[in-house]
Amino acid sequence: MSETLRFRDPDLANRVAEKIRKLTPRKGTIKICHVCGTHEWTITHYGLRSLLPKNLEVIAGPGCPVCIVPASEIDEAVQLAQKGVVVVCFGDVLRVPGSKESLLDAKAKGADVRVVYGVGDAVRLAKKEAGKDFAFFAVGFETTTPSTALEIINKPPENLSFLVSHRVIPPAMRLLVEMPDLNLDGFIAPGHVSTIIGLKPYEVFPKQYKIPIVVAGFEPLDLLFGIFMILKQLNNGKPLLENEYVRAVTREGNVKAQELMRKVFEVKDGNWRGLGTISSSKLGLRDKYEVYDACSKHNVNVEQGVDIQPGCRCHLVVIGKIKPSECPLFMRACTPEKPVGACMVSVEGTCRIWAKAKEEQLISPDLG
Amino acid sequence: MINMCLAIPAKVISRKDGKARVDFGEGVLREVNIELVDAKVGDYVLVHAGYAIQVLDEKEAQETLQLWSEILEAEILQK
Repeated sequence: MSETLRFRDPDLANRVAEKIRKLTPRKGTIKICHVCGTHEWTITHYGLRSLLPKNLEVIAGPGCPVCIVPASEIDEAVQLAQKGVVVVCFGDVLRVPGSKESLLDAKAKGADVRVVYGVGDAVRLAKKEAGKDFAFFAVGFETTTPSTALEIINKPPENLSFLVSHRVIPPAMRLLVEMPDLNLDGFIAPGHVSTIIGLKPYEVFPKQYKIPIVVAGFEPLDLLFGIFMILKQLNNGKPLLENEYVRAVTREGNVKAQELMRKVFEVKDGNWRGLGTISSSKLGLRDKYEVYDACSKHNVNVEQGVDIQPGCRCHLVVIGKIKPSECPLFMRACTPEKPVGACMVSVEGTCRIWAKAKEEQLISPDLG
Repeated sequence: MINMCLAIPAKVISRKDGKARVDFGEGVLREVNIELVDAKVGDYVLVHAGYAIQVLDEKEAQETLQLWSEILEAEILQK
């Protein structure tokens, strides 16, 4: 769109940063949490933290849907692949560590594992190779879930089933705000999850928890304005739910997508890698669609896996308790080329985003 | 390298049944699924993993920039 450049205007950015500085109290710390890998990418890539006062922290919560897939589900995918089912997944799921191995390891040993851009590709593959059994590893939050729901409602080919790993983000946000030692002062709500779910699921934050929450877009100016709006609320002493991303997010969200999700999925308690069990946070197929469940179809079940490898601190990174640079393994034993934990594998993982930014600076020191 | 959360704006060039041909700009045309939205030719949509998930409101985009300018021009910050 023609206006995109203004959403990246450095002069505008500096002026908003100045306003933010004026609104930040001199004493004490303000901690704002976002829950979106792409928000972390924008913040890191555009060096937004360097524009903010030192006592205004923006931390990354569990906004990476690949990072929080428990090892047990990776193990299930690996087992499916080892049984001869063609496992189809998103690119960055391939290298996420299971209890013993990743899907990439399984592929190297001869299993048929394929990377796709979206669930539609899995449907196409299954139709094209009708003689084989396919399983789509359905990972993602509410931005991705509707497309899975759509393909299931549209009656997928008989040789395609689904390993459902979808989760919903508001319960994880509640978990974080309830952590006494995290001391969150505000939330930046995820942009594209919100295009689907609208604003209602966030009402609990100003109403019950009395903290500000602003839905922000993904351009650097979107985030700076989102932060500005939170600070204004804190200054006014009145926490609200506000929407900065009005060009993409409406109050009701995408109702069609919500209905599809409700039709196909029900909400259950679920394990999040690094966070443990969060109630009502995971999606499972409703009875009517149980026939498409890959684990039931192929008799695969892993109850518990090894979520965090020895020395790994992903469980602390994923709740914003430590920065990637505070993990002793960061860019030493754990790098994008040889990742130890899931946060370094996924393109939305906090550690990987920081690692990539660090690498870029080594090549071009004048960047950000 | 696909960024999972990232949804990219694209203009709807043509549509047939549940699919649309969209322009991401700079000559990048792709076919995407538009069953999750009500989009017309000429609309901008947000595309995520091959599916349009929302129709973008250009008027709102311009109003956002307008609002930001107003906030920045404001002499007095509201108490």
